Amino acid sequence: MSKRIVVPFGPQHPVLPEPIHLDLVLEDELVVDVVPSIGYIHRGLEQLVLKREFTEYVYVAERICGICSFMHALCYSQGIEHIMNIEVPDRAKYLRTIWSECSRLHSHLLWLGLFADGMGFENLFMRSWQLRESVLDVLEDTTGGRVIQGTCKVGGVRRDIGQEKLDEMHRTLDTFEENCRDLGDVFLNDGSVKYRLQGLSVIPRDDAYALGAAGPTARASGVAMDHRETGYAAYGDLGFKPVVETAGDCYARCAVRVRELYSSIDIIRRAIEGMPEGPIDVKVKGTPDGEYFSRVEQPRGEVVHYLRGNGTKHLARARIRTPTLANIPILVKMLPGIQLADVPVVVLSIDPCISCTER
Amino acid sequence: MGLFKMTKTVLRNLAGGPATRCYPAVPARTSPLTRGHVAFDPATCRSCGICSRRCPCEAIRLDKEAKVWEIDRMRCIACGDCVEGCPFESLTMEQEYFPPVTEHVVEHYTITYVKPEKPAKKPAEESA
Repeated sequence: MSKRIVVPFGPQHPVLPEPIHLDLVLEDELVVDVVPSIGYIHRGLEQLVLKREFTEYVYVAERICGICSFMHALCYSQGIEHIMNIEVPDRAKYLRTIWSECSRLHSHLLWLGLFADGMGFENLFMRSWQLRESVLDVLEDTTGGRVIQGTCKVGGVRRDIGQEKLDEMHRTLDTFEENCRDLGDVFLNDGSVKYRLQGLSVIPRDDAYALGAAGPTARASGVAMDHRETGYAAYGDLGFKPVVETAGDCYARCAVRVRELYSSIDIIRRAIEGMPEGPIDVKVKGTPDGEYFSRVEQPRGEVVHYLRGNGTKHLARARIRTPTLANIPILVKMLPGIQLADVPVVVLSIDPCISCTER
Repeated sequence: MGLFKMTKTVLRNLAGGPATRCYPAVPARTSPLTRGHVAFDPATCRSCGICSRRCPCEAIRLDKEAKVWEIDRMRCIACGDCVEGCPFESLTMEQEYFPPVTEHVVEHYTITYVKPEKPAKKPAEESA
């Protein structure tokens, strides 16, 4: 047995967009143990519920994460709406679905780019981000913000999308899907990508379930768990089937996200076609009194907002569990047994979002 | 097959031109809805204070006595809640992003709105 050494990985590392620290215990080049540590960017956003009114906190919730910002606002709003028994108009639900899926598209394209960069495929990284830009343009045209949309509020949405813009989005979806399929084809069928990813850090289905993996990481191991199936917002009307792979390796995690791009495009198309007429918000009266666990499927997995109101305009408690936190135990399981050079790719394969995790 | 696809991508990239733009020589892309920064019109503000109460990050302060309206550009998150709430349309959302600065910026405006005088009631004509 060779001598064990500890190599620090992060919090500043070229492959990591955000700070997470891993102590890698190595035997030669082989990883044998991992000790993760987080806590570099805790901002205390949960505590802010005591200082901000419950309607204002949507803006704070949205800033928990820069990528799944709309879904945090949606999750928070749905929680408050449930506590206060507010019925959101159908049009608002459809608009929320469209913006959620746009967020998922741009998040997955961002991740595919970073992943390609992590495995050394620079050209694919640039093409992914070029495609992502067209989604951001649509988000800016419809909400006014590229990354922080600011359109979700308690009781509905703040902006409507006109019929003209909806028609234009519907028309451009075909070209966009074609471009996505071209890009996905490289990720799924290119020889060098397959050689790099297939069989790398395989997680069997039972392990993924037992360790509580969330989102695409769980679905890549064959756990068909997607919170959109429960039919929140307009997913119930649109019909939805989760994308599942069974191999459980890095290639499967990549394939799930590529195929989710197609599924998101399909959901947006059906939402535009079935968009009902009517108001986009209802007036919020009173204050929340009660508690609720609100859950929404984010690009990285299921996010849980626990909200408790005490009958005043300030909530008594908010607690947020983000998908990356659920995926860190499985990351610790993934790393032992692989080479040091594969660590960046495997760490990226769970799509870590540390700002979310630490809030 | 792979070579054919690669050639197609290469040709498309060559013919398509750059995906980025020469910012700042070419201005950034905006849309009519883009939330850049909040602009204030001191001539129409009636000092109701709704904007400062709605602001989620306490960036707007209003001194009703001194008739001064202040916005802390470093705190403002350009959510647009004040613009939506303003009943007198004194606030508008401009498309241009506020430029980066090195010092703390608090903008002060002196409200110039003057309440129009009510037309004086006609003196009751004394009946003869």
